[in-house]
Parts: sequence; structure tokens; C-alpha cells
Amino acid sequence: MPAMNMIQALNSALDNMLEKDPNVLIFGEDVGFFGGVFRVTDGLQKKHGLTRCFDAPIAEGGIVGAAIGMGAYGLRPVVEIQFADYIYPAYDQLVSEAARLRYRSAADFTAPMTIRSPYGGGIFGGNTHSQSVEALFTHVAGLKTVIPSNPYDAKGLLIASIEDDDPVLFLEPKRIYNGPFDGHHEKPVSPWAGHPMSDVPAEHYTVPLGKAHTLREGKDLTVLAYGVMVHVALAAAQDSGIDAEVIDLRTLVPVDIEAIEASVKKTGRCVIVHEATRTSGFGAELSALVQEACFYHLEAPIERVTGWDTPYPHAFEWDYFPGPERVAKAMRRVMEG
Amino acid sequence: MKNTQALSLHVPEPQTRPGDEPDFTRLQLPAAGSVERPGISTPALQMRELAYGLIRVLDEEGRAIGPWNPRVDPETLRRGLKAMLLTRAFDDRMYRAQRQGKTSFYMKCTGEEAVACAQALVLTQEDMCFPTYRQQGLLITRGYPLATMMNQIYSNASDPIKGRQLPVMYSSKAFGFFTISGNLGTQYPQAVGWAMASAYKGDDKIAAAWIGDGATAEGDFHSALTFASVYRAPVILNIVNNQWAISSYHGIAGGDQTTFAARGIGYGLPALRVDGNDFLAVYAATEWAAERARANLGATVLELYTYRAAQHSTSDDPARYRPAEEAGGWPLGDPVLRLAAHLIGLGEWSNEQHAAYQQEAIALVRAAGKEAEAIGTLGQSRPEAATMFEDVYKDMDWRLLRQKREAGF
Ligand SMILES: Cc1ncc(C[n+]2csc(CCOP(=O)(O)OP(=O)(O)O)c2C)c(N)n1
Ligand SMILES: [Mg+2]
Repeated sequence: MPAMNMIQALNSALDNMLEKDPNVLIFGEDVGFFGGVFRVTDGLQKKHGLTRCFDAPIAEGGIVGAAIGMGAYGLRPVVEIQFADYIYPAYDQLVSEAARLRYRSAADFTAPMTIRSPYGGGIFGGNTHSQSVEALFTHVAGLKTVIPSNPYDAKGLLIASIEDDDPVLFLEPKRIYNGPFDGHHEKPVSPWAGHPMSDVPAEHYTVPLGKAHTLREGKDLTVLAYGVMVHVALAAAQDSGIDAEVIDLRTLVPVDIEAIEASVKKTGRCVIVHEATRTSGFGAELSALVQEACFYHLEAPIERVTGWDTPYPHAFEWDYFPGPERVAKAMRRVMEG
Repeated sequence: MKNTQALSLHVPEPQTRPGDEPDFTRLQLPAAGSVERPGISTPALQMRELAYGLIRVLDEEGRAIGPWNPRVDPETLRRGLKAMLLTRAFDDRMYRAQRQGKTSFYMKCTGEEAVACAQALVLTQEDMCFPTYRQQGLLITRGYPLATMMNQIYSNASDPIKGRQLPVMYSSKAFGFFTISGNLGTQYPQAVGWAMASAYKGDDKIAAAWIGDGATAEGDFHSALTFASVYRAPVILNIVNNQWAISSYHGIAGGDQTTFAARGIGYGLPALRVDGNDFLAVYAATEWAAERARANLGATVLELYTYRAAQHSTSDDPARYRPAEEAGGWPLGDPVLRLAAHLIGLGEWSNEQHAAYQQEAIALVRAAGKEAEAIGTLGQSRPEAATMFEDVYKDMDWRLLRQKREAGF
């Protein structure tokens, strides 16, 4: 199997779906001839034709609104929002429309569609190229939210998202497009090649939505993570010597409650990590779910390790990013608790 | 009625791509001096054709002709020319600084200098500018310290906005320069609101906003025009049509069907289409719009027709999507050379003075660079880390206080 980085894996997923289903089409800012600012749609217009993968005006509300209309007609549009930080003009179309069509028409109208968007920090992008927006969407009934952490999952989850009959927000952690990143920013960047999850089949396959993946089995405590933070959690387990069970959620909505419950009941301790700001972050939801499902098994308070409640500051990227030291510290506290 | 013909989806494409010869034969460029100049109180509906023409003052020989000739004194023109040369020298150095790893990002305005540099001379420092990332010429023309701009670009200890923003996202109330947002189009309705506030208070200040051709597609652009028209806000709404939005040519924003200036007509606003590489035309059109705003006649839309000669940003490579020679072939030429030729024709400038000022500009930028780099480039120096928790709110609540402590500051 060829080793792929995340960009190549996503490109392969889109290529497979354009091949397989004539109702799939792609549009977004700079995705056509150019192939996207992160090159995820590279070559797709040339291979599949102008109307299968094309540039959109700079109007995120228009992009998502048009995708809803196409989805309602019977197509399966896959749209790109160039950076998740620029998704806000589309918020109304996503929250009031994409997420509501099925319900308000009693399934008379539905709009299958996938909204891809690079998100997260660690690339010196400053406040407007670094945000983690997931909680703004996990709160919305009617939307699914998916976040891969490696090339294999990225491809399988993207295909599953496109084939899903509901609108799916597919957030791509851009810091790990080209290689895994464990938060040790002072170390040289490693490529995906050689990583077990970079073995990506060229053909169509899916990774089911709603199923978490236990990346590391352990008995001391459970770490719940997604995206880049999965790699940070693994590094923290390694650095601290704590026998942590690291769960990659892969889908935030619907979240794999069974996997969470089974693990926390086994370990009795839980640390939740995300890069997004803390207040009303997805960690708050996870913490509530763990408390509800596992209260009598918990031996210590649940801890959250998150970005600070500030915008993402350009010069203080690594003071903001919840790196392995902060995660390991929280793990130690939970072990002592 | 039933349609018997199979429909097909139209997706616009530019005429040329990498490997092709640049082709501007389709551009319709009226001769300099040919567009009429109506009085500022003319009703918008009676000057619609201005949105489809092209106001040009400098002819092929560099002479200023026609009713839009602003008759600016040579001293002011020399100031403008020097500001453009300084802006270009600044851009060149900061572009290289990024390539040398001194910062994370940079954006040039090469080929578009006349826009900001001419407009800065028309507006006063009390008028508020709501720019995009490509109007650094406003600050440079107004004499904002180059070293301070660099401190922002380096996010160093003397960065006036404390290392919080991406390079080039300057902010200076004192220089009438509104804090730049990375989110396209947002500044447009804000400028209208600022202008409405000036009117509400009975002040005499006006506002000006800039947006790119690509970003006119955003809803905020259209909200701004509606508000500006409804409340007759004293604001100048500039559309900088530099033909490209990263890799998307202007046709992706609707530029194949009509002009960007014509957007204003639908809102009942006067709209002028201007040769953006003609310093005198930009100056004259801006002066006309400013006079209207100051006379309480409301907003004007200006389309400044120009060409983005450089890459979109240091993260971009235009060779992937447009002919390599396109910038050099732009039929409206280079704004710096055109203004220089005009002044030389008047006997108010010379090739020797031009070359000498180019060297002086490089020296000014180099000196500023030394000053900023002595403080530090990105990562070598930065504001005090505890400040990252400040200014989220006026006062820090318990969460930020706790988080600041946890961060060790
Ligand atoms: C809301 C939003 N969407 C997308 C982007 C990403 N982006 C940054 S600049 C740019 C192109 C803008 O082109 P244009 O408006 O023509 O201005 P120019 O860069 O040519 O000056 C895009 C798509 C953004 N910054 N904000
Ligand atoms: Mg543009």
C-alpha cells in the first residue's frame, strides 16, 4: 500500500467518490484549477472535469447555501471552507438550514452534504488561521461533526461522510496534514511515511462515523482526544510513564459513548484534551457524559486540558497550545486524586 | 412552458493559464480624458455610465488631460511618488525577511501602490480608514514609523499590538487606520457605521473602506452598500479590483458579466470606475467622493482597476495558475513609472532624482530594519507573555486569572 500523508489521503477519497458517484461534486474558494490552498483537491478538476470540481466566489454563506440547494436536488456536494476561521458567514445556512431541512419538512427535503475545513493552530497563522470551531457545531441538532487524526482515518471517514445522508462538518487538523505532531514543537517535523496509519489503500473504503478508536490500551486512566491532540496525548503518556488508555474519538457527533463508558469504567480516571478554548468547549460535554455514565466508577475528578479562553495569539502559539507537558501534568494530578 | 433543451452548468474560466501568452485584448480601455466629470450633487441615476467607463487622467505620453485632471501641485505629486517608492522598497525588504525566516508571513501591494498612496493624500488623518491587508501605503504615506510596522511583522517586544496578530494586520487609531481583520469583508459595514456615527454626532469626519474584487462576493459587502445608501453615510467605498483573488480570477466574483463599480448602481449609489494605476485619476476620483461625503451627499463606490503584480502572499505561487508574464503585460502599466513620467514631463522630476530616491528609500527601509531587528525578529523577542491574557475583556474574570496562573505567568 502506498504511504500517503493526510492531504493525499483526502485527495484520494475525493477522487474515489468523484469516480464512483456522478452526483458528487466539489466546490470552494481556490479548489478548482489551483487545487486548494492546501492542495487537497489538486488535479481533481483536470481529471474529472470543470463542473465536478470548481472555484467558488468568496462567500461562505453562498457556498453552503448553494450546497444545500444542490443536496436537496439530489446531489452530494462536498464544499471546502478555506479555513474554519472563515466559516462564520455560513453559520446561518448551517445552523438554521442544513441542520433543519430534514426536521422541518418531516424528511420531505433533505440535504446530504459534506463541509470540509482545515482547522486548528500550530502553523503560526495567528488568530484568523488557527481556530478550533467544533463546539459551535456540536451544539447544533441536525449536524454531524467528524475530525480525523491520521491519513487512513481521514480517507475512510471522508468517504463515510460523503455517503452519509445528513450534513457532515468534516474538520481537518491542518497541523498534521503533512506529518503527525505530538506538540514537541522544538523537535524536527516528522513525515507521515513510516507511521502505521499512513498505509492508505488507493481504493474506496470507509471508516464508520460514530466509532472511536482506542489507540493505546492502558489501565491507569482514560484520555479522550481528537485531531492533533491524539498525538499530544500519546506523547504525554509516553513522557509521564502513566499507563494511559488513549481514545481517538474520530466523530464528535454522534460520539461513541460505549467506547468512552467502557474505558472509563475500566480505568476509573479521565482526562479530556482539546485545543479549542475551554469555556463551553466540547470537553465540557464529554465531562458531563463521563460523569453521568461513570460517576460511581470515578476515583478522581475529571480534568480538562484545553486552549486558554483567549483568541489564538501569533507570538504565543506554544504558550497557548496545550502541549504534552500540560497534558502530562493533568494526568499526574488525576492519578494522585 | 416546458424546457426542451438540456441545461448545462456554466463555470467561468480565465482566458489564459500558465504556459499561455498573456492576453488583454478583451479589455476595453477608454482613452485618458474621455470620461465626463459630473458635479458632486448630480443624482446617482444620472451618472450610471461612470460605473462602466474608466476614469483616466494620464495619457500615453504622461500628460494630464481631461475634466478629471485634479491639478495637484508638483510638491504633492512628488510626495505621492516618494510614498509609492518607499512602499515598494518596504514590501521588497519584508518579503525577503519572510523568506529568510525572520517572520511567518508577508503580503505585498506591488503594482497597486497608487491606490493607498494617492488616497492617503486626499483624506485627512481624522478620517478613518478601514483597510484590507493591501493598503500598507496608507500608513507609509502618512509617515507611520517603518520600524513600528516591522515590529508588528516580527511580533517582537515593541509590537504595538503585542504579538497578537498575523504580520501586516496593523492597527493605529492615531493614524486613522482601523485594526485589520483577517476575515474578508467585515470592515465594510463597520466603515459605514463609523461614518453614520460621525453624521449622528454632527462631526465633519468621513470614513473610507477598501475591499478586494474577490471579497465583494461576501454578504458584508452588500450589507454595507445597503446601509450606506439608506442612511446616506459619509463614506468612500473602494473596491480594489486587482484581477485576482488568490488563484481565482475576477470572473469568479462575477467580473465577467459587469464591472465591480456597477454593483453600486443597484443600491442607488454613485459609482466611479477608475484606472487604479493612474495616480492622478485615483486622486481625482477620491477627492470627488470625499467632497460628496463632506457635503453630506452620502457614499460613493469607487472601483480601482489595477493588477496584483506580486504573489497573493508569501504562501502563494501564482506560476501555478496564471501566465508568468501577465504582470509585465498589464496594459495600464506601472503606477510608479507613470507618475514619474508625468513629473519628468513637467520638469518637476528627473531620472537622476528617481534613481537617487530609490536608493534613499532602500536606505530608509534598511535603517528601520536595523532598528526593528535590534529588538528582534519573530521568536527572538516578544512582548511579555502574561499580556496574552490581557484585552480579552476590559477586566480579567476568574477564568483568565486562573488560566494565567496555570500558564505560569
Ligand atoms: C471570510 C474569508 N474567507 C476567505 C478568506 C481567505 N482569503 C484570504 S485573502 C483571499 C482572497 C481575497 O481576494 P481579494 O478580495 O480580491 O483581495 P486581494 O487579495 O486580491 O487584495 C481569501 C480567499 C478570508 N481571509 N476571509
Ligand atoms: Mg483581488
